[in-house]
Amino acid sequence: MTKSELIEQIAAQHANLSLKEVETAVRLILDDITETLAKGGRVEIRGFGSFSLHYREPRVGRNPKTGDAVPLDGKYVPHFKPGKELREQVNASRALGY
Amino acid sequence: MSALTKAELAEHLNVSLNLSKRDSKMLVETFFDEIRGCLRENEQVKLSGFGNFDLRDKRERPGRNPKTGEEIPISARRVVTFRPGQKLKSQVELHAAAAGRTQE
Repeated sequence: MTKSELIEQIAAQHANLSLKEVETAVRLILDDITETLAKGGRVEIRGFGSFSLHYREPRVGRNPKTGDAVPLDGKYVPHFKPGKELREQVNASRALGY
Repeated sequence: MSALTKAELAEHLNVSLNLSKRDSKMLVETFFDEIRGCLRENEQVKLSGFGNFDLRDKRERPGRNPKTGEEIPISARRVVTFRPGQKLKSQVELHAAAAGRTQE
């Protein structure tokens, strides 16, 4: 499923909202999550999961072309931890043959 | 800073988009329900700029009870993984760079 398909699916369940309104709302939700993480915050969606930042230590990388050592700074990367409900439902779907 | 939750997302929709409180709340619920429903049917979800939710089937592997040290197999399972998109990754790295500057 892509973002535009997600927007259509949501719109189909909200007959009183236009596709445009749903599109704007979806963009706002994703921007909200992005901005929260960019500020160093956490996102907790009960039943779905949580988004947080993980720190990557500085390390010495290599230029794959020349083989030269390149010092890389430590950095933060986004991380998603699925919630219990999502984990269980996804795993249960295996048994159902999906 | 407290975590962003569904309640804040809904409030933001209510204030910024002038949607009713009820619609805002339902829309946030539907958003996560749809993604979950898709993953439950073993279908990947791709949200460009934000990231992809992928599914991986894991084989059974040996594990250990960390408390007792007893060996117990970890059963085969399907798990959700999230691969952040370019935009999300670069926004977060900007934060890290800014945080580094304030510490100096």
